[in-house]
Amino acid sequence: MAGEKTVLTGVHFMSGDIACAEGAIAAGCRFFAGYPITPATEIAEHIAVRMPKVGGIYIQMEDEIASIAAVIGASYAGLKAMTATSGPGFSLMQENIGLAAMTEAPCVIVDVMRGGPSTGQPTLPGQQDVMQAKWGSHGDYEIIALAPSSVQEMFDLTINAFNLAEAYRVPTLVMADEVVAHMWERVTIPSAEEIKIVNRKKPSTPSDKYMPFMPDDLVPPMACFGEGFRFHATGLTHDEYGYPRTQSSETQMKLVQRLCDKIRKNADKIIRVEEQMLDDAEIVVFAYGIVARAALSSVRKARQQGIKAGLLRPITLWPFPEKHVAKAAEKAKAIIVPEMNCGQMVREVERAAKGTPVFHMPKLGEEPHTPMEILEFIRRYGR
Amino acid sequence: MQSEWKFTAKDIVEKPDLFMSGHRACAGCAPATVMRLIMKALRGPTIVTHATGCMEVVSTIYPYTSWAVPWLHTAFENAAANASGIETAVKMLRKKGRIKYEHVDVIAIAGDGGTYDIGIQALSGAAERGHDFLFVLYDNEAYMNTGIQRSGGTPLGASTTTSPAGEVIPGKLEPKKPIADIMVAHEIPYVATASPYYWRDLIAKVRKGLEVEGPAFLHVFAPCPRGWRSDPAKSIELSRLAVETCVFPLWECINGEYQLSAPSKVLAMAPQKKKPVKEYLAVQGRFRHLFAPKYEKLLDEIQRITDQRWRKLLKKCGMAVV
Repeated sequence: MAGEKTVLTGVHFMSGDIACAEGAIAAGCRFFAGYPITPATEIAEHIAVRMPKVGGIYIQMEDEIASIAAVIGASYAGLKAMTATSGPGFSLMQENIGLAAMTEAPCVIVDVMRGGPSTGQPTLPGQQDVMQAKWGSHGDYEIIALAPSSVQEMFDLTINAFNLAEAYRVPTLVMADEVVAHMWERVTIPSAEEIKIVNRKKPSTPSDKYMPFMPDDLVPPMACFGEGFRFHATGLTHDEYGYPRTQSSETQMKLVQRLCDKIRKNADKIIRVEEQMLDDAEIVVFAYGIVARAALSSVRKARQQGIKAGLLRPITLWPFPEKHVAKAAEKAKAIIVPEMNCGQMVREVERAAKGTPVFHMPKLGEEPHTPMEILEFIRRYGR
Repeated sequence: MQSEWKFTAKDIVEKPDLFMSGHRACAGCAPATVMRLIMKALRGPTIVTHATGCMEVVSTIYPYTSWAVPWLHTAFENAAANASGIETAVKMLRKKGRIKYEHVDVIAIAGDGGTYDIGIQALSGAAERGHDFLFVLYDNEAYMNTGIQRSGGTPLGASTTTSPAGEVIPGKLEPKKPIADIMVAHEIPYVATASPYYWRDLIAKVRKGLEVEGPAFLHVFAPCPRGWRSDPAKSIELSRLAVETCVFPLWECINGEYQLSAPSKVLAMAPQKKKPVKEYLAVQGRFRHLFAPKYEKLLDEIQRITDQRWRKLLKKCGMAVV
């Protein structure tokens, strides 16, 4: 019984998980396969209520391996598809995320990060999966990962994630955290016309000439099953026809390099950051997700106290905004990286900062860094 | 197969609790009662491995534990695989003379999610390999720990947060997976169903599962007042009604031979005592929508499926089908 509005234009008070679900529906997602897991369950619950009313499908699968596999299937069948999970489920999904990367299946995976490893702290926030997002599956590949830091961004970036997934035929990750997901805030949903939607490029070649993995500017146009094109997709190394070439080093080099290059060479187009007071910043705080909210507050307080502090917030975690970090590092005396893990993105910052001292502020457990904690760090290095 | 262990109610009361009080289960939680009863049936040194789920969470909140035996929490999907490792290692250590006990029992416990859905691969593998352990499924018919999402064990027509009854769907669209029959198909020596109202039957079945050589599987019915939207005072009554309506018949399958357990056998002998399923459904909020005109037909369908499964079971048990 389709009939309910797909874009709930207006101002709402909602949680991050609900905003994410609404963002997906607004982006045109009509297939969700998932499995309950704290703190991402509410995404599935909201989708389960909404999808039948907008002509979409919610399937609860038997586990996360099945969820991501169903999403890949649905994507190939022609629907925009997503799943949502948290750490333990994200770990189970890794092999299939590699499959999605290898078969270039556009899809969105939301990981609402909680404390790990293993079952860890299911109801508390973490940022411990950000390296797993990049390196979780075996082999060389590239993905795109976004980090929302507000409920509004749970909506906006989910739409963004679908657009990127479709444009680059790549699994795109929304790396949220428990606070952003469970927090309730004001969300403005624009009208459907104002929401930019990107759909996968369709083949323009006649069906007998179609090669499902022949890149057109690094990304191959994508026919879906049943559209009249011969389609062979496989997780094995394949040529442009999609046929396995497991003994050819040339094919392996060409394919895997392209899977990486389609993101690496488009990184400047993909990467988005928020820069606050960076122009003359001597102390740069690099923070993402919920931690960036506190960081902004501490940067403002530092400015009031005469310290030239600034915030660099990557909205895109992967590909990593190394040029932005390098630029900020040129003038900076120090870069401070508060994150809810024992040291993950800080390694990337160190790499990109090329010698500018980088200080890590790890925090694990119940609450994200407070503005006062970050301010204290800024003052320590800003004197 | 008959266990040599005979017990009276007094024996059970006097036996120390190995699943101890002080846990944080909700009022009226039948799974917690089930845990207590299981642990009354032990015959000696026992190791418990427990999949993620309600009972794992509520019984081990820092700095306490309810478990008076060695106890291991595993991931959601692998209680049976974990038990396989424990059982094999213990067997090897005993062979080498490094374990003094004559036998060490291994119990894997999981809820319906950890058995029907994410856990079935590990369970099937362990059954096929023939590890000597008991797998207890406490079935509260949804993912209650994360807030009532449907599982493969959720019955037809039940409203959960991911099978919400509303204008479009009448709750869950699929009937419950016949998990115990699936375990019988593994040709393991012992499979049984139990319900906490019939506590003697339950305890005796746990003991048999431990005594048998090879894998044993026990499917225990476990009402959840939070998820079922039922009166917390009625959980044990519900576990009786489920048997009396043949929604959850009690049986054992020993070396491939099905036989009805006494509470269900009575109904097979005197079919007039079998209650209509409606009586069971009507006292649970998760089925409330079925009593509105829109979805009334589903009530008949649920009765039909229940009868059909009951008749199949009677045939398997060699009983006359009325």
